[in-house]
Amino acid sequence: MQLPRYHRLRRSFYRLEGTRCNRCDRLFFPGRRICPDCRSQDVEPYQFRGRGTLYSFTNVQQPPRGFGSIGPYAVGMVRLEEGPLVTSQLTDVDGVDLVIGMEVEMVTRKIQDSSEHGYIVYGYKFRPLLTGAR
Amino acid sequence: MRDVGIIGIGQVPISEHWDLCLRDLGALAALRALEDAGTDRADAIFVGNMLAGELSGQENLATLIADSAGFLPIEALRIEAACAAGGAAVRAAYTAVASGAHDFVLAIGVEKMTDHLTDGITSALATAADADYEAGHGVSFVALNALLMRRYMHEYGSTHEDFAAFSINSHENAVHNPNAMYRMPITAEDYATSTVVSDPITILDSAAICDGAAALLLCPMDQAAAFPRQTIEIAASTVATDTLGLAERPDPLHWGAIDVSSHHAYEQAGLAGPADIDLYEAHDAFTIVSALSLEAAGFARRGEGVTLAREGRIAPDGDVPMSTLGGLKGRGHPIGASGVYQVLEVVQQLRGEAGPTQVKNAKVGMAQSVGGSGSVAVTHILKN
Repeated sequence: MQLPRYHRLRRSFYRLEGTRCNRCDRLFFPGRRICPDCRSQDVEPYQFRGRGTLYSFTNVQQPPRGFGSIGPYAVGMVRLEEGPLVTSQLTDVDGVDLVIGMEVEMVTRKIQDSSEHGYIVYGYKFRPLLTGAR
Repeated sequence: MRDVGIIGIGQVPISEHWDLCLRDLGALAALRALEDAGTDRADAIFVGNMLAGELSGQENLATLIADSAGFLPIEALRIEAACAAGGAAVRAAYTAVASGAHDFVLAIGVEKMTDHLTDGITSALATAADADYEAGHGVSFVALNALLMRRYMHEYGSTHEDFAAFSINSHENAVHNPNAMYRMPITAEDYATSTVVSDPITILDSAAICDGAAALLLCPMDQAAAFPRQTIEIAASTVATDTLGLAERPDPLHWGAIDVSSHHAYEQAGLAGPADIDLYEAHDAFTIVSALSLEAAGFARRGEGVTLAREGRIAPDGDVPMSTLGGLKGRGHPIGASGVYQVLEVVQQLRGEAGPTQVKNAKVGMAQSVGGSGSVAVTHILKN
């Protein structure tokens, strides 16, 4: 991933920050500069809590370029408690029986081996909710 | 708007074409379509392609193919709509003729994939998804479909085995298509023991990597009688879109772009609904897409797409014949070319030239090309 692009994405990648439309109150992840429902540009950053439930999951056996050294790895879609669905890698799942509906939480992890530009791309992943964290 | 018909078809057999490059594949299909129509006239070409830039380092593709085929200096434009590029090229050619901008227009679909190893192709295909929020997280295109398939099985209580009939039907029909890549039947056991790509999706749920090109010559219906082949009319041509990111839809298992483009197409063609369609060439890149397509297009209720397949209703002698010449799974899925092959095969069916898998008394056929995870759907309804 190109450095300016990575920089632009840092709030969503590091903090799971999306947007809220101030006109119709809809929440978005990924954030949107323009609300597709009412086309308002009056949107503000919205910090998601990073908790949700597993909507679906799979394992990537044939990783795309740049993901070879971490594969095979689990990915999933997570229904955030605030509403939106997020597509993400899953982590800390070795030996865990993944089940649709299980509680998960966001953590920050290395997403890619290393970018072609030499730096490491970090971002959100989801892991099974730690016992005691409830 | 003028009524538009198809007067010529041409294709290159789908294969791993080690000796044919992108420009030759496209040009050969184009010249075969002209030969079939008995003319050498093409006023413009629209080239459907997704991956020439990513896989061949080649943009400006339509000019290259016009040059290779000896068409210069005619108008030549490339049309990209991810995996729906082929259908979109047919749509572009249709609008050019219907509007009166041109009279004789070639829709060409071409893709060259096999020069690369799997990881390069996996990365290239992922560009159909959201680059920042899907592909950028290592979620391959197969994985997105696997997420859908697992959720489908969860919501409707179906099993992986329930999807077998889609793949078996495609292979069964491909056996009889000399232009298909996989001309061998598969059994339920083959399907059950196939290698997992992204669970629950296995190799036999997925269309394979290949090279191919196909072309159609379109002209106004009122000029078509002068040509030797039976003219097949384009009764409807529609496109609809949905969010690029799968997760951004209210319900990922409902493919709205297919729903909207299908129902607009039924209306445009003057049909009451899907019951009036004699065959349905759906975008069966994965078995889950076949099920979701049947449901969104109105052939089956939600969760019952797999039932139609299991009951044999998608066979050439069923009431909703699908993948009649192999579909994307059996014939092959050269990404941006597939949409043109689909329309070409509907033409073969409506001409009565489909061979052993001919659908009896086929009068109305639908071809549907889908890009991304259901983010764009191009639908054509043809009549003979």
